[in-house]
Amino acid sequence: MKDLWQNPRVKRIGAIMLIAVLVTVMTGPEGNGAEPTAGFTGSFAAQASFFGIFTVQRWIVFSLLTLIVVGAIALAKFVHRSWNDRAHRGGSDASAMSTRTPLRRRLDMKSSRYVFYVIVLVLAIFLPHVITDNSWQTQIVQQILVYILLAIGLNVVTGFAGLLDLGFVAFYAIGAYTTAWVTGALPTPPPFHMQFNTFFAIPFAIALAMLCGVLIGLPTLRLRGDYLAIVTLGFGEIIYLFANNLFGITGGATGTREIPFLSIHLGSLKYLWGLNPVPYYYLTLGFVVLFLIIFSSLEHSRVGRAWVAIREDEIAAESLGINPLKYKVMAFAIGAASAGFAGVITASQTLFVTPPTFTLQFSINILVLVIFGGMGSIIGVVLGGLFIQIFVVYLEHSPPSGYNSQDLYMYLGALLVVMMIFRPAGLFPSRRRRREIDQIEAGTAPDAVLTDVGPHNRVQEEMS
Amino acid sequence: MLSVKDAVVRYGAITALHGVSFEVNQGEVVTLLGANGAGKSTTLRMLSGLHAPTSGTITFDGDDITNVKAHMFSSMGISHVPEGRRIFPEMTVQENLEMGAYGRKDNYVGDMERMYSLFPILKERRKQLGGNLSGGEQQMLAIGRALMSQPRLLLLDEPSMGLAPMIIDQIFRIIGEIRDGGTTVLVVEQNAAHALRLADRGYVMENGVIAFSDTSEKLLHDPRVRAVYLGEAVE
Repeated sequence: MKDLWQNPRVKRIGAIMLIAVLVTVMTGPEGNGAEPTAGFTGSFAAQASFFGIFTVQRWIVFSLLTLIVVGAIALAKFVHRSWNDRAHRGGSDASAMSTRTPLRRRLDMKSSRYVFYVIVLVLAIFLPHVITDNSWQTQIVQQILVYILLAIGLNVVTGFAGLLDLGFVAFYAIGAYTTAWVTGALPTPPPFHMQFNTFFAIPFAIALAMLCGVLIGLPTLRLRGDYLAIVTLGFGEIIYLFANNLFGITGGATGTREIPFLSIHLGSLKYLWGLNPVPYYYLTLGFVVLFLIIFSSLEHSRVGRAWVAIREDEIAAESLGINPLKYKVMAFAIGAASAGFAGVITASQTLFVTPPTFTLQFSINILVLVIFGGMGSIIGVVLGGLFIQIFVVYLEHSPPSGYNSQDLYMYLGALLVVMMIFRPAGLFPSRRRRREIDQIEAGTAPDAVLTDVGPHNRVQEEMS
Repeated sequence: MLSVKDAVVRYGAITALHGVSFEVNQGEVVTLLGANGAGKSTTLRMLSGLHAPTSGTITFDGDDITNVKAHMFSSMGISHVPEGRRIFPEMTVQENLEMGAYGRKDNYVGDMERMYSLFPILKERRKQLGGNLSGGEQQMLAIGRALMSQPRLLLLDEPSMGLAPMIIDQIFRIIGEIRDGGTTVLVVEQNAAHALRLADRGYVMENGVIAFSDTSEKLLHDPRVRAVYLGEAVE
């Protein structure tokens, strides 16, 4: 019996069944005081429709869904394995036969990846013509593109440099409040006492967010791992409290005055971003692509290699002439840039900035996107962000019966649990990260990797 | 080349080094011997900038480097092979070596080839992950990585730790070759027999001070060394 439980396949099926039962109960009818068990038994006994095809008891519906999920996973694994086998055979044959083939294969892989990117980009460009519903379009900008911007920024800090940042929302807040400040929507006078076009908020916000990244990074990035996480958490809270309580500067809990839309006035060229979300969509999409290009080229640059070295073994990196503090502060500032820009988009499209947006919960949501997608993998973080945020927007837009907006975290929690069982390194992990996590699972990781996300703890080291 | 004068190092209330002085001359191999807790590793940490001394001075080629930060050392020509090797486990052997040349702006391909001829096994393992190498291979990789920055002084912290005797012989032979190539070496060791056979001079540390020092030849025959480090009964 015990052996049976050791079998990973049995374990997985058990976990899926457990999740199915949990989801059944979570989505079932509400209980009442008079009949305490009604909510539970009702979850299984009540009638439900299976995609509108037929109506049976809920437990049958969920069993069928579970079977479909198990089957889909088995199929995916089978396809993946046979694909891998073929790739392996091809690899060994190729290296035996000639040296040119592997290179060509790599080129093929590279070009097919570019084809994939171009297809995704074209789809993204045509999206507003497919989804023409105005509120959906607004949600796509605010809930998907802005979140992706934040997630790829946090990925630089947490994924590339290995610094756990629980206060990332602070940079988003700084971006949003800078927009309000520059356009004169705060009680404090705008810079140089002149009201700028909202477009000028973009460089201001990015610069200020980066500056704050440096200012916060310099004293705190000497800390490692858990200590850094706590300090960044504090930083996020400080910014929130500033926004909420400094009435004379930020407008306090009531928020800012109205922030104008983005607009262009260049001679005869006049364009006003208005209530129509499509221009915002294209502007934000453009910046998402820009940040993606910058971040992925950084990943493969000297700076990116220094980040990997610091993440894997900070002391070794230091002994090779890498200044850890410098590169960590750099990661903080670069990550903050995309968050600052996201703040501009949110502030100018939603017209007002209010403090409750910038809570710890928000930072955690962004971190969930990064972890779900695969820390350190840009494409993973983008796809993970898309996946989760589409799910979130869908639930908000057409909630199932009995859905309460607070239930969201239950669903997200279940999703994370499933992910942790099947893909502990994230949906599309970077190769290096996946190996790091595999090693931890196998218990063969050197200490440097075990203290993930934060690198080696020097305090402990000195005690020994 | 390197000289340490009256260095005191404290960890909080604990004093690990009570005024240590020694020097390393150009072209030498010098060894620092001592039992566990004698202060050898602390000395090397101090020499690589990981822990600044409370008082005392360190000079390298006449420049005061007492308070220089750890990441500046490799550009000054001091390279440190840390205790426990500290290979980047998720980088390949090649990537590990490239990291060693991080501070260099010139072309280091030639040095890479030199490392591979010094450690042929690393060439075979070029595409493997550092974390998957054996202890001896990791030690070679750590040394190779440190040499990639073209140091004039190489600091080795316990290169024989946890290795099989045959591998230790090999490592020490290679350290000899490195010295013959013109690099000065300071090696901290518990394995006194090996270290003294290779080194020109040795310092023996006890309880955070240098107890005595001499040429390797004399230390090898010194009854105090023989009793404590070479496992011979005192007659």
